[in-house]
Amino acid sequence: MRALRRFIDRMRAKSPWLLHFDCGSCNGCDIEILACLTPLYDVERFGIVHLGNPLHADLLLTSGTVNPRNRKVLANLYAQMPAPKVVVAVGACGLSGGVFRDAYNVVGGIDRVIPVDVYVPGCPPRPEAIIDGVVLGLQKLAGGGRGGR
Amino acid sequence: MSFGALHGLGGLAGGLLVGFLAAGLDRILTARLQSRIGPPLLQPVYDVVKLLGKEALIVNAWQAFCACTTLLTAALAWLLFVLQSDLLLVFFVQAVGAVFLVVGALASGSPYSHIGAHRELLQMLAYEPLLVLVFIGMYLETGSFRLEVLFAWPRPLLWRMPFLFLVLAFALGIKMRKSPFDLSACHHAHQELVRGVLTDYSGPLLALTEIAHAFEVALMLGFFTLFWPGWGVGRFLLPVAVWAFVIGVDNATARSNWRWMLGTAWGLGLGLAIVNLVWIGQG
Repeated sequence: MRALRRFIDRMRAKSPWLLHFDCGSCNGCDIEILACLTPLYDVERFGIVHLGNPLHADLLLTSGTVNPRNRKVLANLYAQMPAPKVVVAVGACGLSGGVFRDAYNVVGGIDRVIPVDVYVPGCPPRPEAIIDGVVLGLQKLAGGGRGGR
Repeated sequence: MSFGALHGLGGLAGGLLVGFLAAGLDRILTARLQSRIGPPLLQPVYDVVKLLGKEALIVNAWQAFCACTTLLTAALAWLLFVLQSDLLLVFFVQAVGAVFLVVGALASGSPYSHIGAHRELLQMLAYEPLLVLVFIGMYLETGSFRLEVLFAWPRPLLWRMPFLFLVLAFALGIKMRKSPFDLSACHHAHQELVRGVLTDYSGPLLALTEIAHAFEVALMLGFFTLFWPGWGVGRFLLPVAVWAFVIGVDNATARSNWRWMLGTAWGLGLGLAIVNLVWIGQG
């Protein structure tokens, strides 16, 4: 039984399906995230697939500040992902609200709404940094991820 | 264990191997054509094992039932093919599997799932008549629907049924959901319809439909082995060549709309099939 569980955990790290949600970013981070899919970086090497469906996703990649309008969407997307799951926050705004953190319509970083596992700083972060963050997230996924097994 | 049971189990394992290898090679080939490296060859297996280990978020009991039935019938259709049963029986069993995938998608409330289901129905409407006509051509030529007769047929059917061969390749493209026929769902993670007919299948249920799809692809490729006797050309070269052609077309074309698909499938496909059937009937 333990061997089977270890086997499934290994497969989890080899097949992370990724949901990308732009919470309210300036699109700088989103362009860098999409750059990871291009031939230069090719994250499909690691079995990463960029999906549009939270029901199929293992990894939530979010960028931008949270505001009162989209915090429900963010929480809903997170709730729809089946466990185990990992959240990676990308960019200064996603981490803390960035330069917009004191604005009247900004709630703050992603971790004000849902638990975040990996923080990737930068404005915007380089694709290499985003891939490093995702790989760090994969290690957490292989160790069980969030929401139990 | 009897020889028949061993044959069946070996056949099931072989079908899974063929289906998953076809999917893995497809992803690598597609990546190379886009000057990427692509995932490992066994990536579809990793995906399915991971999905089986995920939390089961089941929309409703009907959908779970439909996913299980899809897998059972797809596996049964392949098993009947391997054990050399009746071609018409194989056809109707695989049609049941395809229908249950659609019923499961319609059982949920998601509009994406519904659009995907409607498009999957249109795809079935496009390829099922083509499949039947190909099987009728085989019957007219050999005088039997029994697969043991067809497998043992000494002369290449390809020379007598070249148009029906093309029609079957057409049906393969629609059944594999490859461009320009990737209307209901797409393996390359396009996002217009979220995930089409597969939107609300998640975790272990999605794994069941993926395994069922592996059997379906193996079965469709298996139909091509009937066109040539023997192992070398018939059982290997012919299916591989047709598969490579479908993947090439997938990479060279964009998604079409359903009107175009039905128009070409029924206009061109049925036209070619009937010309070939008349030719066989003439003599």
